[in-house]
Amino acid sequence: MNSFYSNIGPRQGLAAWMLSTDHKKIGIMYLAALLLFFSTGTLIGVLMRLNLISPGTFMGAQTYNRLFTIHGIIQIFLFIIPGIPVSFGNFFLPILIGARDVAFPRINRLSWWLYLAGAGLLLASLFFGGGALDTGWTFYAPYSIQTRTNVSLAVFAVFILGFSSILTGINFVTTIHRLRAPGMNWHRMPLFVWTLYSTGWVQILATPVIAISLLLIILERFFGLGFFDPSKGGDPVLFEHLFWIYSHPAVYIMLLPAMGIISEIIPVFSRKTIFGYKAVAYSALAIASVGYLVWGHHMFTSGMSDTARVVFSFITFIVAVPSGIKVLNWVATLYKGSIKLDPPMLFALSFIFLFSIGGLTGLVIGALATNLHLHGTYFIVGHFHYVMFGGMGMSFLAALHYWFPKMFGRMYSERQAKIGWLILFIGFNLLYFSMFVLGFNGMPRRYFDYPPQYFTGHLVSTIGSWVLVTGLAIIFRNLIAALFKGPQAPDNPWGGKTLEWQVPSPPPHENFVEIPVITSGPYSF
Amino acid sequence: METINDKAEEGRSDYKGAKLGMWFFLITEILFFGVMFMLYSVNRSKYPHAFHIAALEENLVIGSVNTIILITSSFTMALSITAIRRGNKMLSSWLQLATIVMACLFLINKYFEWSAKIRLGIYPASPALLQKDKGEVLFYSLYYVMTGIHGFHVLVGIGVISTMLFFTLKEKINSESFVKLENTGLYWHFVDIVWIYLFPLFYLVT
Amino acid sequence: MEDARTHITDYKTYAFVWAGLLLLTALTITVGAMHLSRYSVLICLAIASCKALLVLTYFMHLRYEGALIKGVIFMAILTLTVIIGLTFVDVWYR
Repeated sequence: MNSFYSNIGPRQGLAAWMLSTDHKKIGIMYLAALLLFFSTGTLIGVLMRLNLISPGTFMGAQTYNRLFTIHGIIQIFLFIIPGIPVSFGNFFLPILIGARDVAFPRINRLSWWLYLAGAGLLLASLFFGGGALDTGWTFYAPYSIQTRTNVSLAVFAVFILGFSSILTGINFVTTIHRLRAPGMNWHRMPLFVWTLYSTGWVQILATPVIAISLLLIILERFFGLGFFDPSKGGDPVLFEHLFWIYSHPAVYIMLLPAMGIISEIIPVFSRKTIFGYKAVAYSALAIASVGYLVWGHHMFTSGMSDTARVVFSFITFIVAVPSGIKVLNWVATLYKGSIKLDPPMLFALSFIFLFSIGGLTGLVIGALATNLHLHGTYFIVGHFHYVMFGGMGMSFLAALHYWFPKMFGRMYSERQAKIGWLILFIGFNLLYFSMFVLGFNGMPRRYFDYPPQYFTGHLVSTIGSWVLVTGLAIIFRNLIAALFKGPQAPDNPWGGKTLEWQVPSPPPHENFVEIPVITSGPYSF
Repeated sequence: METINDKAEEGRSDYKGAKLGMWFFLITEILFFGVMFMLYSVNRSKYPHAFHIAALEENLVIGSVNTIILITSSFTMALSITAIRRGNKMLSSWLQLATIVMACLFLINKYFEWSAKIRLGIYPASPALLQKDKGEVLFYSLYYVMTGIHGFHVLVGIGVISTMLFFTLKEKINSESFVKLENTGLYWHFVDIVWIYLFPLFYLVT
Repeated sequence: MEDARTHITDYKTYAFVWAGLLLLTALTITVGAMHLSRYSVLICLAIASCKALLVLTYFMHLRYEGALIKGVIFMAILTLTVIIGLTFVDVWYR
């Protein structure tokens, strides 16, 4: 087998992988790490839900605080933000544009090592200093300045992870500008590439903001600077600004590539070209741009000026429009298409459904008046899990089931995948829909216990978490078994039209025997 | 030689791509320092009088000398690139060395400046500082953080330029392959620009 | 306009830019000493921006670069402006 897995260099075994600059190897290593961290974060979530199954608690408040903090940090900084770009982006971007690798392969390798370093430092922070931090993943001052837990090391870990993210962004944007195959002009690029491009810009322009914010937390802890300390003339709300100026665009780093995946899958499994290619492409740029202007909607109850609150709420409604355009165009693509409900399509369709619920509830909390009632409640928790897990998470699974044959050269059991999907889907909605009801009725978030009136909602939610995990277990068991015992996969099991389906499964070392010349768009069915 | 659609050519190193990547890195630095300038402006608008008083205390002589040193180091850096592109390896090397020396001078001056302040008891969360007006506390915190992070970038610059000097002497950087030096120059000029803004904001706006 | 790769800036050009920067530095120190209060800030920042523009245009070769790199810098400055602007919408109107 002459795929990229075969050893051609002087290095052997682990070194051949860890020292490799091949984007495909790097993508696969990232994938393994991401899934490991996702599983860890999910198990922590299950533990949290276990504590909340009924009133009364089996863990102390401090422990619960540490759990939800670490759950958030792992899922967000070790899974969702790097997520699709570092795994599927790394593996497929060069192939999709007809290139042999990314623009800066050694920087790519550095990104991977920095990611591991950040993960290691985060792990270390759990065992040294004051132990796992308890500030919530949002590190709000002044508590993050005062708490005796190991904020500094954890925050420094996130700083390193941010640097990894920036380098990936620089790499991808430069790659897309410089390495497209002859004939692949901007309007012949696959839509996934458009989203990786937009995401790269956000990584470049937004991540430095959290870098400095985190650095300031560390400096303030060590030197008592006072920027966020009212007794020294500082302002805690200023920290919230600095934090969310990154963290809102960050959700678009999470979401845009996920939407790009859906744009890849829907045409293939409808046997129909995407409806409104340009609209879908430009809406990615629009989401990335307008997404910079809405961060204040995380801070409506923090003490910001009324003027600011009105401005941010208004722009928040505007940013929903390009997302809506994408959803409408996907649905229009489905219309009169020849639908094949293979596993990738099932996950993609659930994305559309679940993301829409998440997006619509986002409008509920984007409106100032309703936000005042719902901020800090389980409604928010339900909202972001719908967009992040129901959105990005489902898309990640869709991509995994779409590109598994290409990456690993094996086919999985489609029946097992569909069963896993169904159970996951049911568990997901039990787990998270109940949170909207809980939140609307006043259940606050980040609480380790609650009064009896919220019992039913929490019980349903916790049972949902078990069903969800069962679904995930079936899905991953299926894929892992396929890795070792699955039948050989053909080059193009789904009948896709983009470049990755023109190369063998798995691809050879240099991706293409000869760089292709492109003469048409990516979805010519 | 440009290819169709001006993209990288297979098998050749991509000069334009390398420059583009470096510029993308520099704009992350623009945002990074930019947020600190935002912190400065927010606090200045809250405490204009305190900032005025505190800026008066700053050592204008050292600040001005450092500005001149950094501007001149940018000059020698730029010259060194023209030199290597014209095949003048020794001239380029001397100019790079001059840049490094000036960068070291800048840091030495900074050391004296900071020491003087610390001896006066002015450092973050010092008892003397906490006696002063709140705005002054924040002014000095900003001063230490911003000039400190800038100084760190100068230090990194010294390391990088030294490496480039080594490459130049080994002829790994030459009149055909010089983008590493050019990118280093871009970084160094950026560090200069940050100081060009820091100088008036801490030493002059009284 | 000459291509960015082929154009080599003259030593003399760099010398003029350096002289210009030193002159502007002298100017800004003079203005700073004049204690014009609010106008001091604006004038000194304007002079600083002139210096920055000189460094960008000549030392950093922007004069000879294409639209892409200029666009990249523009996006960064636009983003920063917007971020600072929106933050001030909060800070000023409390």
